[in-house]
Amino acid sequence: MNQKEFMLLVNPFKDKVFRLAKRLLVSTEEAEDATQEVLVKLWNKNESLEEYKSVEAVAMTMTKNYCLDQLKSKRANNMKIVHNNFTDREASVQQKVEDRDTWNWVEKIMNDLPEQQKLIVQMRDIEEMEFEEIGKILEMNESAIRTALSRARKTIRETMIKTNHYGIG
Amino acid sequence: MALDRIEILLEKYFEAETSIAEEKELKNYFASSDVAQHLEQYKPIFGYATQAKQEQFTARIPLNTKKRKSVVWLSVAASVAVLLGVGLFTFNHPEPQNSGVIDDPEVAFRETQKALALISQSVNKGIQSMEYLNEYEQSKNKIFK
Repeated sequence: MNQKEFMLLVNPFKDKVFRLAKRLLVSTEEAEDATQEVLVKLWNKNESLEEYKSVEAVAMTMTKNYCLDQLKSKRANNMKIVHNNFTDREASVQQKVEDRDTWNWVEKIMNDLPEQQKLIVQMRDIEEMEFEEIGKILEMNESAIRTALSRARKTIRETMIKTNHYGIG
Repeated sequence: MALDRIEILLEKYFEAETSIAEEKELKNYFASSDVAQHLEQYKPIFGYATQAKQEQFTARIPLNTKKRKSVVWLSVAASVAVLLGVGLFTFNHPEPQNSGVIDDPEVAFRETQKALALISQSVNKGIQSMEYLNEYEQSKNKIFK
């Protein structure tokens, strides 16, 4: 496979990989690094790529594993996750009011979800993937995914309603 | 779109029992301008999901691994070339030094004579230039007799 063929193969899902990485790592730069890492790894596999039924699923699994490893090593090193596009969680009241109706606020709420729920919400609500695909990538069965997804959606809803009330009160 | 259908779908949505098609229906409804007021609060959730899908990966994909391999190969070739060059240089040069050995004793004798003559010549030259010091010696001897 030459570079051109590889790019054609990768193009349909590289954004998806990036968004998944960003969901987990939050920082745009780190997500870009992760995406590059995953794509280069795929490129190095090159010849064996044809054996896979879905390269996209392989890429998504690799991304998930890579990002979780990154997060784990950061925590092990007792390092703070540094990212510049993550504004202070204790934003000013003014900011909170402004954020309330905006997507920003949803994103911030999602940042606080546990990793597994983040992965599921990202793949289901944003990428609109079927439970079967998600199950393969996360090695989970469908009902477990549904449970986690429901929990995540409810958390988002409740947090939103809570802030809505703050805004009014 | 019937409002109660949306409400039912919403309920299913939070139980994670909606299909992709139904979720798309919800997204479309909340993207429209006539969202019922009591459902207004869900708007950002679905709006965000639609918006978040637009984000693109814009960074370069560094597929230079093959190029990098050739760079490694090049540097290996370069270092081999340098080593060979230095090796050949040092191996080829000592040869002129071997010419100092002469096997025939007669020739060796002559060569030695030549060399010694050369040395004595130079020494004599040195002595000649010191000759005028004798004048001082003589005058000194006259005075301090």
